[in-house]
Amino acid sequence: MGKKSTLLSRLIGAPYIVWAVIFILVPIGMVAYYAFTDVTGAFTFSNMSEIAKYTDTFLLSIWLGLLATVISLIIAYPLAYIIANSGENRQKIMMMLIMLPMWMNFLLRTYSWMTILEDNGFLTTTLNSVSEEIWGILNEALHSFGKELKPFEPIHLINTRGAVVLGMVYNFLPYMILPIYTVILKMDRSLIEAAQDLGCNKFQVFKNITVPLSLPGVVSGFTMVFVPSVSTFYISQKLGGTGTTLIGDIIETQFQTANNFHLGASLSFVLMILIFICLAVMNKFSDEDGEVII
Amino acid sequence: MASNEIIKLKNISISFDDEQIINNMNLYIRDKEFITFLGPSGCGKTTTLRIIAGFLQPDSGEVIFDGKVINDLPPHKRQLNTIFQRYALFPHLNVYENIAFGLRLRKISEKEIKETVTEMLSLVNLKGFERRNISSLSGGQQQRVAIARALAVKPKILLLDEPLGALDLKLRKDMQVELKNIQKRLGITFIYVTHDQEEALSMSDTIVVMNGGKIQQIGTPLDIYNEPKNAFVADFIGESNIIEGVMRADFWVEMAGNKFKCLDKGFGVDEDVDVVVRPEDVDIVPVEDAMISGKVTSITFKGVHYEIIVEIKGFKWMIQSTDYQEVGSTIGLVIEPDAIHIMKKSEYSGLYGDYSSFSEEFDELSDATIDEEE
Repeated sequence: MGKKSTLLSRLIGAPYIVWAVIFILVPIGMVAYYAFTDVTGAFTFSNMSEIAKYTDTFLLSIWLGLLATVISLIIAYPLAYIIANSGENRQKIMMMLIMLPMWMNFLLRTYSWMTILEDNGFLTTTLNSVSEEIWGILNEALHSFGKELKPFEPIHLINTRGAVVLGMVYNFLPYMILPIYTVILKMDRSLIEAAQDLGCNKFQVFKNITVPLSLPGVVSGFTMVFVPSVSTFYISQKLGGTGTTLIGDIIETQFQTANNFHLGASLSFVLMILIFICLAVMNKFSDEDGEVII
Repeated sequence: MASNEIIKLKNISISFDDEQIINNMNLYIRDKEFITFLGPSGCGKTTTLRIIAGFLQPDSGEVIFDGKVINDLPPHKRQLNTIFQRYALFPHLNVYENIAFGLRLRKISEKEIKETVTEMLSLVNLKGFERRNISSLSGGQQQRVAIARALAVKPKILLLDEPLGALDLKLRKDMQVELKNIQKRLGITFIYVTHDQEEALSMSDTIVVMNGGKIQQIGTPLDIYNEPKNAFVADFIGESNIIEGVMRADFWVEMAGNKFKCLDKGFGVDEDVDVVVRPEDVDIVPVEDAMISGKVTSITFKGVHYEIIVEIKGFKWMIQSTDYQEVGSTIGLVIEPDAIHIMKKSEYSGLYGDYSSFSEEFDELSDATIDEEE
């Protein structure tokens, strides 16, 4: 009987194992294969050594990804905390509003930021005219002291690193809010009461109980924002212009235009390892029990 | 009022969503006593505890601690600590840090913290558990850590909200003894909430029986058991037969078609009363020597004794006896004067006391017409 049921459970599990092998293990194996071979199929380290050229791009990608993740965290944590502590109806509405943009196509969302941020766009022109006005007033005031400001230079929003980070934060913010919100919501209220009971004021409860207990949510949010941010190419292409090329863009070029699958694969392979290291460090330092959901 | 009272509740009322949970409650609690709020779920006992702890604000009335009104004092400034139903230990801290939690907030030196934690761990018999994870502890051990954590900050009052509810029977009994010992040794006030009447009887100096947001009776365990004030208290504490009777004169009550001698007086002549007879106080005798007699409808073996249900004039009595009686046989009963307790009629008269079933809920289950009538 026992043997039969294990056979049955294996049979039920089989499609998923096949799926995992075909769509997860095989592709990773292929990436590794291409990364360490040349056009003839012979084993080589030349792709790997070529990667050194892209060190700056790697660093920039990780830097911008990190920046976007930290900004997302700063926005998401208080928001998640407030939502989790508000009434049931308000919670539903707020979560709905946060999820709503995600129902729209990712490319479309990024594209619309392009129009908002462009030089002739509404936002930029308004900002420019307002700041030029202020600039003029300041200049006049300084003039009476015999000093002068530099001539006004119009603000550029599109095609800057700032725009890329904005695009990342905008697109991936819900992935930060959701896990933190869930963790705070599920927190045992009696723990908070116990902390108050033992002498914690509101701030101390937050610091000693809420923050440490919500760390698993922060870590999964961190992962879910950091990984797509580091490897994105569309956001940097549309909002970063030619000045901000990320590693995702390079990989895309290798496959789409340069037709150098081997270099593309090796770049992907290294990126994968770098992300893995970043997350391992993050997990190590946030939670020893390993209760983190990646 | 007593000079050593530490907590006083004055005209406390509170309601949630238009439902009155506590109704104009007045109570004082003496320093160093073990007081228990006892009642069925929903009677307002936990709510009262939460008002004293400061987690709830009463709609009206005053909470007075050591002579000062503390209504507006937040929980973290009150000199009392709570043991929560599910212990509420901090899962991200180990045993040592859990117990040290309150001490750290008080800016005490590390050396003193260590001394106190060690002292508390030995008080609750958990020496050597300092570095253990909370999740690795059994329910009983978690319970002890919760007690140590609350006592470490030296509260004047310890509030315990059904603290033994999650433990198994044997462990519960051990913990009852231990809690009582700790309370005696430390000489602080324990306010204990439970729905378990046996627990209340065995631990408390004073029991406050509550129902429907009102105090039904306050007294020592002995008073509450022997002299229940109304049918609710008599039914809730222990087993009791509650029979409708008429006081014919001082020391004479008529019930179940017979006159009985009793020890109660001061009722009006021919006043309707509720009569309580505890099942263990009824003696079974041959029918010819009996005061009343009836037919055995069921008998259940309970270990120490048999539980016999006897029908007398349509009313089902419970009698505890070590002798077996055949179902269907007629037996005679004798009730001594000191086994009879007379109560004035109350809103609870007639609701309890017949042993056709043991709980109201069962009555309602088996009789769907009750709902329709309402």
